[in-house]
Amino acid sequence: MTGKQLAEELARTRLEDGADIDPVDHFGKRGKIVKNNKHKTVTDERILSVEDLHVTFSTYGGTVQAVRGVNFELYKGETLAIVGESGCGKSVTSNAIMGLIQQPPGKISSKGVHFKKQDLTKLSKKEMRKIQGVDISMIFQDPMTALNPTLTIGEQLTEGVKQHKNLSKSEAKQRAIDMLHLVGIPNPDERLKQYPHQFSGGMRQRIVIAIALICEPELLIADEPTTALDVTIQAQILELFDEIQAKTGVSIILITHDLGVVAKIADRIAVMYAGKVIETGDKREIFYTPQHPYTQGLLNSVPRLDLAGGELKPIDGTPPDLFAPPAGCPFAARCPFAMDVCTNVYPEKTALSKTHNVDCWLQDPRAQKLIEERAFAR
Amino acid sequence: MAKYIMKRFFMMLVTIFIIATLTFFLMHAVPGSPLESDRNTNETVQANLERFYKLDQPMHIQYFSYMKSVATFDFGPSIKDPNRTVNELLARGFPVSFELGIITIIVAVISGILLGTFAALRHNKMIDYAAMTFAVIGISIPNFVLATVLIQQLAVNVNLFPPATWKSPMHMVLPVFALATGPMAIIARLTRSSMLEVLTQDYIKMARAKGINPMRIVLRHALRNALMPVVTIMGTLLAGILTGTFVIEKIFAIPGMGKYFVDSINNRDYPVIMGTTVFYSAFLIFMLFLVDIVYGILDPRIKLHKKEGDV
Repeated sequence: MTGKQLAEELARTRLEDGADIDPVDHFGKRGKIVKNNKHKTVTDERILSVEDLHVTFSTYGGTVQAVRGVNFELYKGETLAIVGESGCGKSVTSNAIMGLIQQPPGKISSKGVHFKKQDLTKLSKKEMRKIQGVDISMIFQDPMTALNPTLTIGEQLTEGVKQHKNLSKSEAKQRAIDMLHLVGIPNPDERLKQYPHQFSGGMRQRIVIAIALICEPELLIADEPTTALDVTIQAQILELFDEIQAKTGVSIILITHDLGVVAKIADRIAVMYAGKVIETGDKREIFYTPQHPYTQGLLNSVPRLDLAGGELKPIDGTPPDLFAPPAGCPFAARCPFAMDVCTNVYPEKTALSKTHNVDCWLQDPRAQKLIEERAFAR
Repeated sequence: MAKYIMKRFFMMLVTIFIIATLTFFLMHAVPGSPLESDRNTNETVQANLERFYKLDQPMHIQYFSYMKSVATFDFGPSIKDPNRTVNELLARGFPVSFELGIITIIVAVISGILLGTFAALRHNKMIDYAAMTFAVIGISIPNFVLATVLIQQLAVNVNLFPPATWKSPMHMVLPVFALATGPMAIIARLTRSSMLEVLTQDYIKMARAKGINPMRIVLRHALRNALMPVVTIMGTLLAGILTGTFVIEKIFAIPGMGKYFVDSINNRDYPVIMGTTVFYSAFLIFMLFLVDIVYGILDPRIKLHKKEGDV
């Protein structure tokens, strides 16, 4: 499906939803937010699998173990959210997949980062460039800095397709126009000649998304795509993600610390803490039956409108120092249920359902007594 | 754009007026006169000469006739060498000085940018250290020292290049090298540091994530942004190169304007001082104007002029 057809179909869907009349008349701002009515299909075709990914950085102060054995999979058409607080290794993980870690000072080791059949860690830089921006695209956090201030939007949009797909100037331009239509930017024809400073923050993020999508990637890595935006714009951008995924079937890895964003568009969630994925599950499992104390703490620290009079409970303490990470569970020092074993031995993965996995000693049968006490205390 | 140029042109005139006025009063504040010499001249002759050059008239009259000559750009004959007018001296000296200056600028800018870019791309590697050592040496050695060393080593001891004058491209090598090394070193250091900063920017990371050719990333994405600080200091460097030509022309016996300028001050040759000063400053101001235009071309965010309806 070409970008133009996509754009038309998107516009039609919006009309049917009654949420929008015509994106062009609205200067790209859609007033009412359409309900989350995706018609998307998640298949069981595995598109990405990350096995035991380690990333370290050598600095003058020592070696930082930013990512310490991350495992996850991604299926076609699925949105996986990676959540966790600042410095837990979310962005480093995505940069490592994308091949954006400078080595040195960075060092990547793994049992394999497979994108479809290829192991990305074994590719040369040149081979990697054929995947970057073509099969895997990335959206950056801050649209104010992600666009080059001295190049026109048109050039930044088309340079990728021109290089990767060998399109002619006019074909590339047509494609750029279609893409801008798709992300809801009016007058794309004229806008192509403009520079980033002539666009607002939300518009720029739409452009960044258009750039990421122009080569029709199969995997989109969005690194905190809404963090730098106003709340109203955030909703629009998330909506755009949903629409694009419904139309193109692209798989998305969404890196964020915003659980509201996760609740809106994720299918599955991986919770990261101190360089490890400590709990994974589908959206409902994580939001309704979180098992890891850290996940529970994370959810408790989000303000909720539906629980009146509730107090926000922050998680006490700070994350461990990744220069010298603890041998056991990294959360043990802050965990209200920590046992002796927690500080010494890292817990093994426990599968609670087909999708729900957690790394926590509380899942051990021997910890059952403590769980009962915990329930009693509540 | 036309409006902006008009505005700048008016500002140039004001600047030149101020420079001319300052030069006049400084010139007369210095003791001595163009007619003084070691030989004892007859007092009547002296008085006649003073009358001829209107040096006996009150200061303000002299000032006005001087400003008139600036305005019409007709400075009359030199006092020391009455057979030549100042304009003739300028016409003879300027092309040579201009050649020296322009070649120096081109050499300094191109080699400085290349050196700085390579150093940044090979950050903390051998090329980086070598380039920066070279740059520090280049900044530290004054051009007149470098010039004499070059003449001694490469013209006298090894006879690779002619030691002086300005005739063929071979003659140009030593003076251009001596004059360009300082500015080149400054440009190299500046390019390197601003390139290193630009390379960490998000938009470079994004270009990498797009799988863009590394060559294109450097040339199209990084360099243009990294050159902004370089363009900013070009004004200062131009002034430095201009004054540098005085010294270099003297050392290499290059028949440029610098010789007349320096000699005229030594001789208190008022018309020549006026002519060369005004000409030099007009030229420098014009070059600065060009730098501003380049600035606007490099960075679209900088608007030289306000268009209707722009915010």
